[in-house]
Amino acid sequence: MFGKLTLDAVPWHEPIIMGTGAVVALGAIALLAAVTIAGKWGYLWREWITSVDHKRIGVMYIILAIVMLLRGFADAIMMRAQQAIANNDAAGYLPPHHYDQIFTAHGVIMIFFVATPLILGLMNVVVPLQLGARDVAYPFVNSLSYWLSVVGALLVMVSMFVGDFAATGWVAYPPLSELGYSPTVGVDYYIWSLQLSGLGTTLSGINFIVTILRMRAPGMDLMKMPVFVWTAFITNILIVAVFPVLTGTLALLTMDRYLDMHFFTNELGGNAMMYINLIWVWGHPEVYILILPAFGAYSEIIATFSGKPLFGYKSMVYATSSIGILSFFVWLHHFFTMGSGANVNAFFGIMTTVISIPTGVKLFNWLFTMYRGRIRYHSATLWTIGFMVTFAVGGMTGVLLAVPGADFVLHNSLFLVAHFHNVIIGGVVFGCLAGVSFWFPKVFGFTLNEFWGKVSFWCWLIGYWLAFTPLYILGFEGMTRRMNHYSVPEWHAWLVVAFVGAVFVGLGILAFIVQIAVSLRDREMNRDVTGDPWDARSLEWSTSSPAPFYNFAVLPEITSMEQHWDNKEAGRAYVQPRAYEDIHMPRNTGAGFIIAVFGLLFGFAMIWHMWLFAAVGLVGMIATFIARTYNQDVDYWVPAAEVERIENARFRQLGIRRFDQPEQIEEMA
Amino acid sequence: MRNPDPSTGQAATAGPPSSALTSPTSPPRLIATFLRRAAIAAAAGPLALLGGCNMVLFTPKGDIGVQEKNLILISLGLMLLVVIPVIVLTLWFAWRYRASNTSATYAPRWSHSTAIEVVVWSIPCVIVLTLGVLIWRSTQSLDPYRPIESQVKPIRVDVVALNWKWLFIYPDYGVASVNQLAIPVDTPVEFNITAESLMNSFFIPQLGSQVYAMPAMQTKLHLVANEPGVYAGRSAAFSGPGFSDMHFDTLATNRADFDAWIARATASPAMLSRAAYEQLAQPGEKAPVTLYSNVAPGLFEGVVGKYMRDVHGNPICGTVAGVSTPALTLNHRAILAAE
Repeated sequence: MFGKLTLDAVPWHEPIIMGTGAVVALGAIALLAAVTIAGKWGYLWREWITSVDHKRIGVMYIILAIVMLLRGFADAIMMRAQQAIANNDAAGYLPPHHYDQIFTAHGVIMIFFVATPLILGLMNVVVPLQLGARDVAYPFVNSLSYWLSVVGALLVMVSMFVGDFAATGWVAYPPLSELGYSPTVGVDYYIWSLQLSGLGTTLSGINFIVTILRMRAPGMDLMKMPVFVWTAFITNILIVAVFPVLTGTLALLTMDRYLDMHFFTNELGGNAMMYINLIWVWGHPEVYILILPAFGAYSEIIATFSGKPLFGYKSMVYATSSIGILSFFVWLHHFFTMGSGANVNAFFGIMTTVISIPTGVKLFNWLFTMYRGRIRYHSATLWTIGFMVTFAVGGMTGVLLAVPGADFVLHNSLFLVAHFHNVIIGGVVFGCLAGVSFWFPKVFGFTLNEFWGKVSFWCWLIGYWLAFTPLYILGFEGMTRRMNHYSVPEWHAWLVVAFVGAVFVGLGILAFIVQIAVSLRDREMNRDVTGDPWDARSLEWSTSSPAPFYNFAVLPEITSMEQHWDNKEAGRAYVQPRAYEDIHMPRNTGAGFIIAVFGLLFGFAMIWHMWLFAAVGLVGMIATFIARTYNQDVDYWVPAAEVERIENARFRQLGIRRFDQPEQIEEMA
Repeated sequence: MRNPDPSTGQAATAGPPSSALTSPTSPPRLIATFLRRAAIAAAAGPLALLGGCNMVLFTPKGDIGVQEKNLILISLGLMLLVVIPVIVLTLWFAWRYRASNTSATYAPRWSHSTAIEVVVWSIPCVIVLTLGVLIWRSTQSLDPYRPIESQVKPIRVDVVALNWKWLFIYPDYGVASVNQLAIPVDTPVEFNITAESLMNSFFIPQLGSQVYAMPAMQTKLHLVANEPGVYAGRSAAFSGPGFSDMHFDTLATNRADFDAWIARATASPAMLSRAAYEQLAQPGEKAPVTLYSNVAPGLFEGVVGKYMRDVHGNPICGTVAGVSTPALTLNHRAILAAE
């Protein structure tokens, strides 16, 4: 009944894992106890777990990302420590079996459970607000997507304590990931966590495409959409186009492992090259899925804090769209060294450099947005400028790797590792952290502490450069990736420097957490009563902070690209409408959470070959979904009087700014 | 055969030998030449930095490596022509238009300029066009499958990536070695590469290109060493627990020393029969350097073709042309070869 699962699956003899396990268990018990003592279970269930509010789902995505960032970073610092120690063929402190799992988990976690949830979280918070919509098109599906992502992350975490994780590298190339060479459950954890979270991501993609196409405020044609929405739009098209490829590829690998098929094995005509092609057909667009919304966030931020409209809006839109299209024609640059002919390699090399054209245009556009502006140095501005400088280098090294002749010596080296960290940290992570500090008040109603935000920025920036410049150099020194130990003395000093850099990044993460804590403590001091703390330009800043659950009391009429800014200029912003109407809203539902719980059971049972439980999990998922479709009570109306009460409170708050005399307001009230 | 030029400035100007980029005759060529000169100038700074470190990829010991080093430097230089101004402008604009600097112009509505847009689309286009030409030509001339032109007869080495060691078979000499590769200098080497079961990548950084070693498939790589020395080689594609120890020394020697090495191998008591190969193919780490004599004929082809089966599930011997002789098994081949 329990399949392959026995008590021996827990690595009792590994002190590092058991210690971590104990800390995690204690932390979890403390958290559960705290919630119980505070009597918050009902609140959590009603307001968060079953919530279909896109803002809350966005916040939960970002919390998931931050929790997983801590795990992914722990993996990173362990790898850096291992390589800093394992000089001269010393064993270091991590045996290959453990080390190989760590670098695999690091990659999987950072891409699927940090970067992806960060991006999805930001899109959830921002897109409906920028569209002037009340929620996404399918609020229940949104909740389901989120909880499926959580289940994927949970499976990766569980693999640390029950069984093991894949030791194959984050894209799990066969034949190494096949049963013959990875006989443990590690790769199965990899497969099922990605399948479940991937399903969630695909559903999110569909949801956002429909939201953007069908739920824009009246008057907002496509060329009046804010650039962030444009980037989100292209990203979600890419998600829908390529995540099914990932699902299919992993399904083939699953059939190899579970049903003794031979799609990617050496026997019976199977061929691993097919997997490598397929995984990168997904994998390369995936990096644009991550970076495009970050580009969108930078665009909003740089325009706001330069006090100018974004330079070259149309250029930005066309550049974003062409990146989306071109991203399908470059996957082969991940394996120029596979022995394809020169013409094939040259084609994909040239296509890859072509992508740098629209990307370069974007950099120039941000540059000319700053030109003749009045730049305010908020921490979001610092993240953006830090990004522009860092990303310019990352783009350059990327193009260098796209030159097949150069890739022949740089492929799979630490130069490559440095390159993708350069664009993912310097692009995606900086963008998401900038976005968090920028949009935080819109969700929570108070601004983040600036001092700690800037400390975090400088630690991340210095940390990034300290950690990855040595890796570029080590790539030129011929050091390949994923080495557990080495015997080349010249490498050692650089690896020690890289370790110090990782420590700085750790300080940056710590400063970010301190920033959140300090801001929570000082929230009354930093209230955003106007709803527009940065004197910003797009629609989301026209509603209150925190945005009410219905986002907009009256759906805005769109007449320009920078609606809120133009309203402010024309004196139309902050004018209370005479009358309100009832608002149609989706009702909260636990169905998404319940499906995900069954999904967790299904995934875990499949990993351990517990067929009975797997059947229960699968049937439970499908049955809950069907039951949900028969539920007709999925929406409700907010009475106009309730809307008016909430809006009156907001305009009284705005009044504080107008009169600057609290006593007067109290009299009025 | 081009000798590597230790002076970095000289080396940077030496392109792929057959590259037409070096003969500026028509206007596009002139522009390309100009861009290339500018690129070299732009690369000079970082180059000086990099050169000072004597980094492995910047001290290549063979012609392919030299060409790849030059390609890296020219490409980097070309891109730095844009990247450096962008970084400088970013920092300069960020400083110049800071909010506290009220003397700077503020144009709160300015967000479009056709002239600037044309320029910002053209600059990357020109760079990419130049790079595109460079990529097309260099990818052809550096194609790992392309034999190296030389007066000297190339030597052939069949490479098998085992778990986790490297087996080098010298089909012309009937000898083999584990975790040590010997090659004569100034002699093109033709590698035929495969793997026993897990994918690896065959890489000698100072000689140049790497190519994957994949089971049931055969890839090719042509390299040459132009200076005697010992060059580290390793696997560049992660292949499991023994991966980190999967390195070997490349002994690039003069012809006499190479012949002596071959003679040593020929005299080696260890023989690489089919059975010995099966023994060797067992997974293991940190295998000591071993020389083998009497390599079973057709051994490499057998490794490449061992997964090939006919409709009855019988092994088909896997030469590329072997399809026409499906019943040819390893033993048959060995017998044929012995005759």
